Parts: sequence; C-alpha cells; structure tokens
Amino acid sequence: MSEQGPASTATHPPGVVDGPIRVVRNDVVPPRYIGRWITTLVLLLVAVQAAHGLIGNVHFHWAVFAEHVFSPQVLRGVWWTLLLTVAAMALAVPLAMVLVVMGESRNPLLKAVALGFFNVSATTEIYTQLVFWGLFALLFPRLSISIPFGPELIGVDSRLLVTPAVAAVVGLGFNESAYLTEIFRAGFRAIDRGQTEAAQALGMSARKIWLRILLPQAMRTIIPPTSNETIGMLKMTSLVLAVPFTLDLMFATSAIANRLFLPVPLLMVAAAWYLFITSVLMVGQYFLERHYGRGHDLIVSKGGPM
Amino acid sequence: MHGMANVPAVEMRDVHKFYSDFHALRGVNLTISKGDVCVAIGPSGSGKSTLLRCINQLEVISAGRIFLDGELQGYREVDGRFHTLSPSRVANQRRRTGMVFQRFNLFPHMTALENVVEGPIQVKGVPRSEARERALALLERVGLHGLGSRYPNQLSGGQQQRVAIARTLAMEPQVMLFDEPTSALDPELVGEVLDVIKDLAQSGMTMMLVTHEIGFAREVADDLVFMDHGLIVEGGKPQDVLNSPARGAKPGAFLSKVLA
Ligand SMILES: Nc1ncnc2c1ncn2[C@@H]1O[C@H](COP(=O)(O)OP(=O)(O)O)[C@@H](O)[C@H]1O
Ligand SMILES: [Mg+2]
Repeated sequence: MSEQGPASTATHPPGVVDGPIRVVRNDVVPPRYIGRWITTLVLLLVAVQAAHGLIGNVHFHWAVFAEHVFSPQVLRGVWWTLLLTVAAMALAVPLAMVLVVMGESRNPLLKAVALGFFNVSATTEIYTQLVFWGLFALLFPRLSISIPFGPELIGVDSRLLVTPAVAAVVGLGFNESAYLTEIFRAGFRAIDRGQTEAAQALGMSARKIWLRILLPQAMRTIIPPTSNETIGMLKMTSLVLAVPFTLDLMFATSAIANRLFLPVPLLMVAAAWYLFITSVLMVGQYFLERHYGRGHDLIVSKGGPM
Repeated sequence: MHGMANVPAVEMRDVHKFYSDFHALRGVNLTISKGDVCVAIGPSGSGKSTLLRCINQLEVISAGRIFLDGELQGYREVDGRFHTLSPSRVANQRRRTGMVFQRFNLFPHMTALENVVEGPIQVKGVPRSEARERALALLERVGLHGLGSRYPNQLSGGQQQRVAIARTLAMEPQVMLFDEPTSALDPELVGEVLDVIKDLAQSGMTMMLVTHEIGFAREVADDLVFMDHGLIVEGGKPQDVLNSPARGAKPGAFLSKVLA
C-alpha cells in the first residue's frame, strides 16, 4: 500500500528473477461491513432504551445504590469475597496439581489416596462440605500428632486453627480441587507422549519434565476453564453462610437490604461489584492465555481477518 | 574397564522384549564399536523402534543385558540377580545416548534456541550464557543460522528435525539413535536432514540409525542389520547384506519392495 514503486516492466515469466525487481504491493481496499453498522445501530438503540428504563426507574432506588456501593460495610464484603476467592483458588490449584501427579504415579498407594480424595470431594455437595468444615472444631476439638495409643507429641486447639475464615477457604478449596483435577488431567492427557519421551531422552528427571515440559503446555488448555472456575468461585463464596461466615459481599449487601427493606438496590450493588471483579479477572485471563499461547499461532498471529 | 577403546559403545546380549504377551524382540545380539555407524532396516513392525528405545531405556527390557561403554543399563547385577536402578540413575545413564525421533518431538512452547539449551541447562547445569553460545554454534552447524528465535511451528519439517538433532548434540551423547528421522518429511526436505546426519557420521559420532533410505544406508553404514519379526536376521557390511541375501532371502524380498 505504501511502497509505490514504478510498475515492474519485467517481461520474464513468473518465478524467473532477472536482476533486482521492484514489487508493487497490492492496493488493498478493506471490505465494507454494512451488516456491522446496522447491528451496531440496533444494539445502540436497545442499550439506550434499557439504560433509560433502568436509570429513570424509581423502583431501583438509585440514590440508595449510590449511598451504599462504596460504604465501608460493602467494601469490607468486597475485600473478603476477593480474599476467599483468591485463597480458595490458591489452595485448590496446587492441590489439584498434586492430585494429578499422584494419579499418574506408579506408586499404588499414592494413586489410591488421590482417587479417594477425589471421590469424597467430588461426590459430596458443597453446602454439606462447608457445614462440615464449620463444625470441624466441634467434631475434633483438638488436633494433635501423637504416637498411636500413646502420648501426644504436639497438639493445638481446633478453634484456633479452623476459624470460620479458614473453614470457608478449606471447604471451598477442597471442593474446587476436585473439579480442577479433572480439568488439569485433561490438559495433561492432551499432550503428545513424544514430549515426555524427548525429555526423558535428554536425561531430565520426572520433576523437571512435569514442571518444564508438561505444565507449560498443559497451561494452554487449562487456563480458560480454570478462569471460568475462578469466576464460579467468586460466586460460590456467597455460600460460606453455611460455615457460618458472614463477612462476604453477599451477606453484607443482604444484611443492609433486610435493614432497609429495599432488596433491589442492594442486589444491584452486589451485581455491580461481581461484574467489576469478573471483568478484572478476564483481563488477567487474557494475558495468561497470551503468555502460554506462545508457539501456537492462533493467539499470537497478527495479520489476517479473524 | 569403562572408557577403554576396545570396549564397544553398545553391546546387546540376547535381549528380549514383551509388550504384555507380544514378543517384540526375540533375542537380539548386537555390538556397535566406537565411532561406527550401524544402520537397521527391515519391514514395519519388525522391532526396529523397540530396539532403539530399549537402548536408551524408554522401554524396559524383559530379558538379556544391554551395555553402553561396558556399563550394564538399567540394573545392578549382584549374584545373578538384577536390582533396578533408581530413576535418577536411569536418567543419568540416558545422558550417554541421544535420540532423534521420527516426529521430531520438539518442545512447542520453546523457541529453537530454547529447545537446544534446555538439556544442558536443566540436566547438566551448564551456565545459561555458555549453553546459549554452544547452542548457537550447533544451530549453525545444522544449517539453521539465524533461526534460533523461531518456534517449532514456524519451521519446516526439515528445519524442525535439524533443531532436534542440535538439541540432541547439545547433550554431547556418546551414542546417537535415529528412529526413521526422515520418514515424516516431504521428499524434498529429506536431503537436508540426511546431509546433517552424514556429516555427523563422518565426524566420528557413534550412531544407530533406523531408516528406509537404502541408498543412504549403503553410503554411511559401517554395519547394516536387517530385522524381521523381532530378530536380526542378517548383519554385516552393507554391500554383503544388500547384495547377497543368501540366507532366508528375506532382505531380498523386502528390498525389492522398498526399491521398487
Ligand atoms: N507400546 C506397545 N504396546 C504393544 N505393542 C507394541 C508397542 N510398541 C510396539 N509394539 C509392537 O511391537 C512390534 C514392533 O514395533 P516397532 O518396534 O515399533 O517396529 P518397527 O519400528 O520396526 O516398525 C509391532 O508389532 C508393534 O505393534
Ligand atoms: Mg518404528
């Protein structure tokens, strides 16, 4: 388009180069997307209508929304919801990785433990698990390491260790690790066996093969569903009431709503925050996908319409 | 006795391999002297890949012994009993061999250069700058100067296989194993890979090569073995094996198919 050399007057047949030749790039006019313009217009109209219907709607009590969206109680709820999400995922991801590696191990005991853990956390329901972890300190008042039928070596009061916040994180994290295990296993299974063999042939240890060869490749297929799970976790934190844990965003907004007898604006407060956090997470997902997509042109390719 | 010139680089004694019930290697004896090139030919399914994979312990042999430079592979033999070596010992033994695969098996998430430095840095602990310098020289040696920053999917098949050869060379193996290194390539790309292998052979590298390129085999092989049904049925100087398929007449039938 920009390099406008004089038209080549070469007469030789194509493919035969005779001295330096000038190439005239094709003068490309992009196609006109009339359909796109119409769609944009229609969507814009719908959006304006919807916004008008919401903003002008007295039933939404936007003044109450504005009053509470940044109130300390709500902000504390946002903080705890984020913390629970991050902590539960930070527990679930490594745990799931370990479970996958254990499941692939040649040691039958490790395999059985992985399978047993998976079965328990995948087949019982999250609400029950959260109630269980909430009751943990009652069920097992003292956690200790002792010689079987002998004296205790070290011990700690369960109430100090398994606080409601810990119970919430552990409950959410253990439950999530079961789903992540499935996702990770599928990611690893999709890798060609030749990758492991090539690494073995170089003399790499099993640990290095997992970390340097398999994991980075599995990441590519693992990240999108794991991001979905993270967003799901964000919403699942609203269940920690079962523990009971009462500092998260959902509990905070519904407490205010109950006090004011105005559920709708407080629901909108919660929804706005969930939407905001989800959007931030999706930006993170984009960068992760780009990083682990290297070597696969689908993501890094620059030219051509998609 | 290790490292002495008269100890063979590879010695296989009565090696058997079962895949569950299937008897894939049925008593293979093979010796490769240092600096020699041994080429294996034979019909598909005759056990050529299995043989190579047993040498670098990608497969565990069911019976027999394999020695590399005089050292028993995979086991410690005490009073006639075999004690399995630890995974780290096995990984160490594997460093003695390098393997080039039919389908390259480059690491797709690493550039060509990263593929080549991976082994030296991660396995041998070579400092990054030194590994990089050596890798660049190796890429140049296989004719890939300036392509180090490309990912495997930005390279042709022939280029990928040459990166794979450089990756293997970077570990400075004593024996190189090639499993049909040109079978997955478009015909016009076969030559560039064979040229690199021929260079290596002439530089004195000990290697075992499985190939269907009979002309090439005749050119580079010091020894040629013909495999069938899990056995080496003919072995010797290439011209003898190729020209006088006296016993069994099997190479003759196979060759007439390959050469047709
Ligand atoms: N992992 C395996 N499990 C079961 N059978 C196998 C396996 N690998 C190879 N075989 C069988 O062993 C025989 C020899 O295979 P292979 O060594 O790949 O032959 P070649 O390389 O000469 O074509 C074939 O019949 C093949 O089907
Ligand atoms: Mg084969």
